[in-house]
Amino acid sequence: MATEHVDGTNRGNVVLYALSTCGWCGKTKELLRQMGVAFDFVYVDLLEGSEQDDAITQVEKFNPQGSFPTLVIDDRKVIVGFREQEIREALGS
Amino acid sequence: MSFTGVSESDVDRLYRVLKQEAEDGGYRFNPDSDFTKNLIRGILKNEQRYGYRACPCRLASGKSAEDLDIVCPCDYRDPDLSEYGACYCALYVSDAVAEGKQQPPPIPDRRPPRSERRKEAVVHTVATGPVMTLPLPVWRCRVCGYLCARNQPPDTCPICKVKKDRFERFI
Ligand code: SF4
Repeated sequence: MATEHVDGTNRGNVVLYALSTCGWCGKTKELLRQMGVAFDFVYVDLLEGSEQDDAITQVEKFNPQGSFPTLVIDDRKVIVGFREQEIREALGS
Repeated sequence: MSFTGVSESDVDRLYRVLKQEAEDGGYRFNPDSDFTKNLIRGILKNEQRYGYRACPCRLASGKSAEDLDIVCPCDYRDPDLSEYGACYCALYVSDAVAEGKQQPPPIPDRRPPRSERRKEAVVHTVATGPVMTLPLPVWRCRVCGYLCARNQPPDTCPICKVKKDRFERFI
């Protein structure tokens, strides 16, 4: 899947599933940047065809609602929506 | 994020129109105009790529019949405004949020997940109670609840300005 990497402090495998048009996705991405955490992100709306289907299936695996933003840490911890407090706690800063 | 083909003047124009329409209908726009304009930019981007103004915070399918419920303003705006003080994207907010007395919280998406969504456009009829004989059918706007008794729903909802296809037969 076409993820983009943002450099920063390694806090585990942090993946943000987002939409390019969504306000809360933007805020979540901005927060991660501000925190200086290394993460990968993917704008699912910009993917096409089977690549998009695979990404949606992936998101639904972590968040059955299939909504955005979905933040996945180490394939275990899932935070749905812009929940600043929870994100800060989960990524230790 | 900025998008190719969506100019800032388009964003400003739609921002003014939608804000005015919201206020005329008794709704409020999020006072954070940077945040709001970003959502408007997303709505315009969606109109450009899908042909309809799909919610910027939800993934559209590209098939308008499947996404009628998430054409902005979506069917979920009013219940979310009542329960959380904002629509899912926080474009529309309650008075308390508009006046800065409350922050919009993260809202769980009210739209059914993909597996539970109906594939075709929902048949817009609601079960009726006791059989009534009325001189005219009653139509309900699925977005704002406006009711009117006439042969056909109006082309545009006079309250929330959505199109005719968002109406359902109520009685
Ligand atoms: S009204 Fe619905 S579609 Fe429009 S911005 Fe809000 S949540 Fe999205």
